[in-house]
Parts: sequence; structure tokens; C-alpha cells
Amino acid sequence: MTRRPGFLVYGLLAAYALGSAFPLYWSILIGSSTAEVVTRQLPPLLPGGHFFDNAARVIDTVPFWKALGNSLMVSTATACSVVFFSTLAGFAFAKLRFRGREALLVFVVATMAVPTQLGVVPLFIQMARFGWTGSVWAAAVPWVVTAFGVFFMRQYLLDAVPDELVEAARVDGCSQIRVFWHVALPAAKPAAAILWLFTFMQVWTDFFWPLIVLPADNPTIQIALNQLQSGYFKDFSLILAGAFMATVPLLILFVLTGRQLVAGVMQGAVKG
Amino acid sequence: MPFTRPRTRPPGPRPGGAAATGGSPAGTRAPARTGLTWRQRLSWLDVRLSPYLYISPFFLVFLLIGIFPLAYTAYVSFFDWSLIGGQGEYVGLQNYRDVLGNPYFWKSVVNTLSIFVLSSGPQIVIALVVAALLTTYLRVPTFWRMSVLLPFVVAPAATAIIFGNVFGDRYGLINQGLDLIGLGPIQWHVDRLASHLAIASMVNWRWTGYNALILLAAMQAVPRDLYEAAEIDGAGKVRQFWSLTLPMIRPTLLFVIVTSTIGGLQIFAEPRLFDNTPAHNGGSDRQFSTVTMLVYDYGWRLRELGLASATSWLLFLMIVAFAILNFVLVRRAGRHL
Repeated sequence: MTRRPGFLVYGLLAAYALGSAFPLYWSILIGSSTAEVVTRQLPPLLPGGHFFDNAARVIDTVPFWKALGNSLMVSTATACSVVFFSTLAGFAFAKLRFRGREALLVFVVATMAVPTQLGVVPLFIQMARFGWTGSVWAAAVPWVVTAFGVFFMRQYLLDAVPDELVEAARVDGCSQIRVFWHVALPAAKPAAAILWLFTFMQVWTDFFWPLIVLPADNPTIQIALNQLQSGYFKDFSLILAGAFMATVPLLILFVLTGRQLVAGVMQGAVKG
Repeated sequence: MPFTRPRTRPPGPRPGGAAATGGSPAGTRAPARTGLTWRQRLSWLDVRLSPYLYISPFFLVFLLIGIFPLAYTAYVSFFDWSLIGGQGEYVGLQNYRDVLGNPYFWKSVVNTLSIFVLSSGPQIVIALVVAALLTTYLRVPTFWRMSVLLPFVVAPAATAIIFGNVFGDRYGLINQGLDLIGLGPIQWHVDRLASHLAIASMVNWRWTGYNALILLAAMQAVPRDLYEAAEIDGAGKVRQFWSLTLPMIRPTLLFVIVTSTIGGLQIFAEPRLFDNTPAHNGGSDRQFSTVTMLVYDYGWRLRELGLASATSWLLFLMIVAFAILNFVLVRRAGRHL
């Protein structure tokens, strides 16, 4: 019964895909024009060739490189931390027996629905108390562990590591941590990569918390965009060039790992 | 009495029984597990305690950055609490009275709900359609799935900036398009409903594909033979979708709806950056300001953390109410399908 779909299906999907890509194309289009072209009656259809001029102006206007470096640093470190702690906890929930396991797991799942963003005020008070509000690492704080990560890794390890393997390793005298290190961790790699990617993107695109906690001279890339957009005179060729530049790193990531991202969304779903 | 068992045995595997003979005499202070070597005892501890050790980082940190702040927000909301001066007087429910008495609070609530309804409704419907299209036997399925997920990599801040230009009041693409077909320009940043539509379109653009993939995964998990049976019974494609696919994916649908509710009601970056003025107020009369924007305004503009906390708690209650409402509605809808 494997009939290939007709033109209608492809046509609709192609239209949707075009719509998905269009705003990005638009940011290149405007971002490569001059301010004067932007106000013309009809928009240009092809990129204008001023992208690098505009990019240079973006770099002059906001601390772009610093923001980029900050975002890369914080997103990478946070993603690594989330993957490590989630895999560790996920392994315990999936493969080890202990009192209260089911109840604690239910708790983890329930916390996924808690809107932690609403706890920003005390979190900010704490950060200020510790004197961390100037540091870019403060931007990572709400993300260092996530309930989603723990649950995601648990679901994956449930099937990926056979119980017999864990038992065999134990019988051979492996300590729990060695079982984790030599059996669970290698098996967890595909899911760990997906979790890493999603966490990286989540931290990269976060806006509310870094806006609160970071000073203007030490922003993440999203906060730099906010600064770029806050000028009195609106030069859209400048602003949209900035929006595109802030997206480039994730676009590269998407091109390289899109397959894993798709798999990740779909896996999280079936089991979630 | 000191620990009598020799603790300095060379490590290495040894049969447990042999070790037991060299064990401590009965009645020593060693805990009940007599007959175990030190290594075995260690191993027993390892099995017993390791799981807690492994899950503790999550629970500790989550307590610190998730649960505690949420609870502490309630505490702060009962105080006069300045961003600069810190904790002030206990004011009881005064912060809540102030927030509830602020007309902009109610305006923000209505805006948030309006944007939420305009985004989540069409989003779920379109995601279902896209997912159904993706379940067909496409050539290069990964390409289509990736193309649907593309907007997900564009951050809300960048999305808001790009859409803010496309929906520009004077030179925006949409208005120029409307002009071409002889329709008057729409004041996307001025008119209340129009601004909500523009902001909802950002949310839809970014999340529909993501949700479509989640629904696609659920649809693929529906057993094939059910469709074959339905086909034999003479059900057409549309009927199959309504009577078979939808009921089967209901748990996933609920998941999508609840998560989009929790996220949607906290919307912040999109409306904030849609406002082109440096004030970022959500429009000149806050016609598209949201509740989370009000939290920010109270806390980091007026520097009144007490008021910000009270607003946070009100939003929290709103989210809980909506999550429950969703849950009930989807369950009830399920009975009619």
C-alpha cells in the first residue's frame, strides 16, 4: 500500500517550506540593502550586495563579537552540563533500582510543566547577592539542569541499555559508576547529542532572563539584538543584518545536524 | 573495640564465602551484615546509595533554581521590595491590590490571551495538516521534515525583528502587497487586533513545524492495520483522519496543547521587540503589551520587585488554570470523537 503522494501534497508542502524559509530570506534581502532602498515602493527581489557594509555597522553599533563569544561560551557549557547530569540521573532512573524511584520520576515529569521563568525575581535577588549579575555565567543559571533532559535520557536509556548488560557488568565486579561510564554512556551517545543540540539552542535563543541579568556591555547575542533594535532612528538594513548574523551560528548547526534535530523532536514526542 | 576485621587485604576478586570465614566474631559492633568483606560492603553501599547520588544533582539544582524561586516569589510579593534597597516593609496583599487595580494589568491579560488564542488555535490546526501531509510516502522525507523545522532555529528576538519589518506600518512588505491589490494599509503597530495578529503569526511561524513533527511521530505510531481495516470498511481518507488518527494521537495532542499554553502565556520577546520605539512598551497605549512584559516593567523599570512578584504569581495562577482547562476540554472532546 505504498502509494506515492500526488502533486497536491508536494505542492502544499513546498508552499509551507517556502513560507518557513521566507522570513530568513527577507532578513538577508533587507540586510543587504541600503536604508534608502528599504523605503522604496517595491521591495528588491535579490540581495543587494551591501551585507558586509551593514555587518560592519552592526559590529560598530553593538558589542557583537563579545556577544557572540558570550553566547557560544554559555550555550556550550550549559549544554555540556545538562547532558552530563541528565544522563547520570536518566541512567539511575532507567536502570538502577532504588526506593522511591517511581515517585521521584513522577516528580521530575511534573516539574517539566512548571514555568520556571516566573521565578525570575528571587533568582535575580540571589544573583545580585552573590554578585554574579555582571557575569555572563549568570545567564546559564536557570538552564544548568532541566527536567526534560533527565526524562529524555531516561526514556532513551530504558531501551538502549539491556538490563542483562548492566547485571553482567555488576557480576564482573564493576562499580555503579563504571557501569555508567563504560556501558550507559557509550550507549547514550545518540540521545546525548540530541539533548546537547536542543539545550544549546534553548540557551542561545533565551531572551527574558539574560535581559534581566546581564549588563549592557556584556550581553549575549539576543541582548545585543535588543540593543540594536532600541535606537531612535530605525535603519532596518542594519537591524535585519544583525538579526541574520545572530541566526547564522544556529543555521550552520541546523545544516550540519538537522537530521538529529528532526529525530530529536520526534523522539521526545512519542515517549513524552 | 576497634574494627577487628583486617582491612588491608589486597584488593582483588575473591569468593565471598572464603572471606566470610575470616569475618568478625559474633557480637561485634559491625552492623548487621556480618559475613561480608569490606569490599562487599562497599559494593552494597554502592548499589544502595549510588542511584541517589546520581539523581541528586538534578534535584538539588532544580530545588535551588526552580522550586525555591517560585515559592520565594510568593514571599517577595508580600513585601515592599526595591530592586536597589532590597527587602522593605511587609505590606500584606497591597501589591496584589495595586497590580489588580492597574488598568494596564488587565489590558496585558487580555492582550496575552488574545495573542495566545490567535496563535495556538491556528497553530494546532495547521500542524495537524502539515503532519498529515508528512505521513504520506514522500520522497526524501528528511528534507521535508527539516524544511518544516527551519524556523525553530531563529530566535524569538530575531523573529520579532524580522516580522516587525515585514509588518511595517509604512514600508512593510505586507502593506505594500495590500497596496498592490488596492487595499488600504493596516496599522500593524497601532491597531490592537492587527498587532496581535502580527505577533501571533511570529509564534505560529516558529512553532507550527516543530509541533507538526511531534504530531507526525504520534501519527506514525498508529498501527497500520487499523487504517487497512478502516479502508476495508469503506472509510475515506478524511473520515480515517477524524475517526482514527485524531483519537489515537489524543495524548500527544494534549501534550502539544499544554506545552504551547505554558509557553504562549509567558510570551515576552516577540511583543517587546515588535515595538519599534526604544521604550519597548508594547505599543504607545500598550495595545500589545503582555503580562510578562508587565513583570519586567514592574521589576526592572519601576524597580519594584514586590509588584513584579505579585504579577508573576498572578500569571502563574493563570497558567495553571489554563493548563487544567485545556486538559478537561481535550478529554471531553475525546469522548465525542
